[in-house]
Amino acid sequence: MSIWRYANPAKFMATTERLVPALSWLAAVALAVGLVWGFFFTPDDYRQGSTVKIIYLHVPAALIAINAWFMMLAASLIWLIRRHHVSALAAKAAAPVGVTMTLIALVTGAVWGQPMWGTWWAWDPRLTSFLILFLFYLGYMALWSAIEDPDTAADLTSVLCLVGSVFAVLSRYAVNFWNQGLHQGASLSLDAEENVADVFYLPLLVAIGGFVLLFIALVLQRTRTEIRARRLHALRLRERMA
Amino acid sequence: MIRLVLRDVRLAVRAGGGFGLGLAFFLIVTVLVPFGVGPEGAVLTRIAPGILWVGALLACLLSLDRMFALDWEDGSLDLLATAPVPLEGVVAAKALAHWLTTGLPLVVAAPLFGLLLNLSGPGYVWLVVSLALGTPALSVIGAFGAALTVGLKRGGLLLSLLVLPLYVPTLIFGAEAVRRGAEGLSVETPLLMLAGITAGTLAVLPFAAAAALRVNLR
Amino acid sequence: MELRVRDLACARGGVPVLEGVSFTLSSGEALVLRGPNGSGKTTLLRTLAGLQPPLAGEVSMPAEALAYGAHADGLKATLTVEENLSFWAGVYGTRDIATALAAFDLEDLRERAAQNLSAGQKRRLGLARLLVTGRPVWALDEPTVSLDTASVALFADAVRAHLKKGGAAIIATHIDLGLDARVLDIGGFRAKQREAGAFDEAFL
Repeated sequence: MSIWRYANPAKFMATTERLVPALSWLAAVALAVGLVWGFFFTPDDYRQGSTVKIIYLHVPAALIAINAWFMMLAASLIWLIRRHHVSALAAKAAAPVGVTMTLIALVTGAVWGQPMWGTWWAWDPRLTSFLILFLFYLGYMALWSAIEDPDTAADLTSVLCLVGSVFAVLSRYAVNFWNQGLHQGASLSLDAEENVADVFYLPLLVAIGGFVLLFIALVLQRTRTEIRARRLHALRLRERMA
Repeated sequence: MIRLVLRDVRLAVRAGGGFGLGLAFFLIVTVLVPFGVGPEGAVLTRIAPGILWVGALLACLLSLDRMFALDWEDGSLDLLATAPVPLEGVVAAKALAHWLTTGLPLVVAAPLFGLLLNLSGPGYVWLVVSLALGTPALSVIGAFGAALTVGLKRGGLLLSLLVLPLYVPTLIFGAEAVRRGAEGLSVETPLLMLAGITAGTLAVLPFAAAAALRVNLR
Repeated sequence: MELRVRDLACARGGVPVLEGVSFTLSSGEALVLRGPNGSGKTTLLRTLAGLQPPLAGEVSMPAEALAYGAHADGLKATLTVEENLSFWAGVYGTRDIATALAAFDLEDLRERAAQNLSAGQKRRLGLARLLVTGRPVWALDEPTVSLDTASVALFADAVRAHLKKGGAAIIATHIDLGLDARVLDIGGFRAKQREAGAFDEAFL
């Protein structure tokens, strides 16, 4: 029993058929609990007031936005090395989810930033990095949609994902160098001094869990769609040959 | 490979090759900026490093989509791929030719444009140095983008979308070096980073671009 | 020098077009590929040239033995005939372009820019490129398109001279070149739809 058997589209479809609804429900429950708890049952921050509660959307979305790219990188590598079609399609499926999360992080950041910093947008390093990440997602998706042949598209987008990852990290450092920002330090870290208080911390963890589950469910569902689209493509080709 | 460089340079210089277009574009951008922000010297001095770098970057972008597309259309890319030259070498040669016909003229002409934007005294040296160090990276990164989009009709717009985010680090360190230089601060860090980026992209991206070309030729 | 092809299968745009192609070609031999449009002649030649990977089977020949002549001639419009040819000579590490110019009757056009050549003259220049590659196996895709009768004869002579020197040629063409060549009708190797190792079979 190896994980690679899920590289078979049929096996993947059979497994995810039951998995996706279960994951979706779990995600819904976790999100409901995390968000309701976070929004209504936590005290207001003594400095930031109730605006701080937007972290229950902002932080999980930002986490997913970055990690979706890492997932795409891993999937691209698997495609380039082992040529599993499902892997390439999963990378393709994750991009729109990732870009949406990036957008959510940017918008909630702006909404939060307005009362805190007095401006909707600042060229703060972290904000700027997210904007650049957003551009990377756009380019990646545009390349997918521009190429007709699915295998060529998978190859080229994988190479772009690899190179893009290096440049994304590079941009992060460049942007840091360019402008020391006004962002607060990490909200979640092992360093207790920097951590948000426990009352905020627990619901945040639940919300993050919900976002992760939601991400997995969405990506699996989108991968299923891509597999079906690919099957359609294959059937058309066969028809043309006959 | 030297022959390929020579051929591309010669093609660019011959009629219709587009040599000088990038330079003219750079000039126009530099002329347009004061119209936009006003003729006040102090303002221009402040924004000159950034505008000059952004202008150089856009001028570089202008000719990228021709790098492989022309050879693709007339079939020479197929023939080059079957010739006894590694495709990585072809990419490197083409990027070098692109730099010679686009980047190098920009480096040489940049002080003149700096004059138009009222760049302050010590900035000129660092403008030339940073462009000389940074523009090769622009050409190589561009070659990678051009290789990705070579088979596409109307790949030009997509090419900009793919390449511009990759230009961010180069732009930041390049413009920062000029800004610091112009203000008389130490330029060591941004220049070292710029040189690092150029060296890194030169070493790695020809391989990625050649891989993309192979996929596109398939 | 021998080109050996065994059980080759190739695809175009993800669709398998040929399978089970086998033949050998030794020094001094020419092979003519026949088959209707879309039967996979170009795909086969591109696979032999290494531009696309085969789906199955193998091609064995000495390294760097093959010169590929495509539909397009790969000429640069603003370069002269001589410049075009010396470029390719340089790439392949040979010097002599005079023989090639003479063989395809291009000497008078040396100084002319490729954009001012007629279609047939361009083709002759494209074929002259084969001579400066110095490679033993020519893989040619419809080499006689837009050539007049006299030029076709020039081309046939060039192929004959090449074979006599121990070269080999594999040519996809519809006209009779008057060569002493075997004919391979690739219509018989058409890929059957199910058995083919299609990329997309996993999705069916």
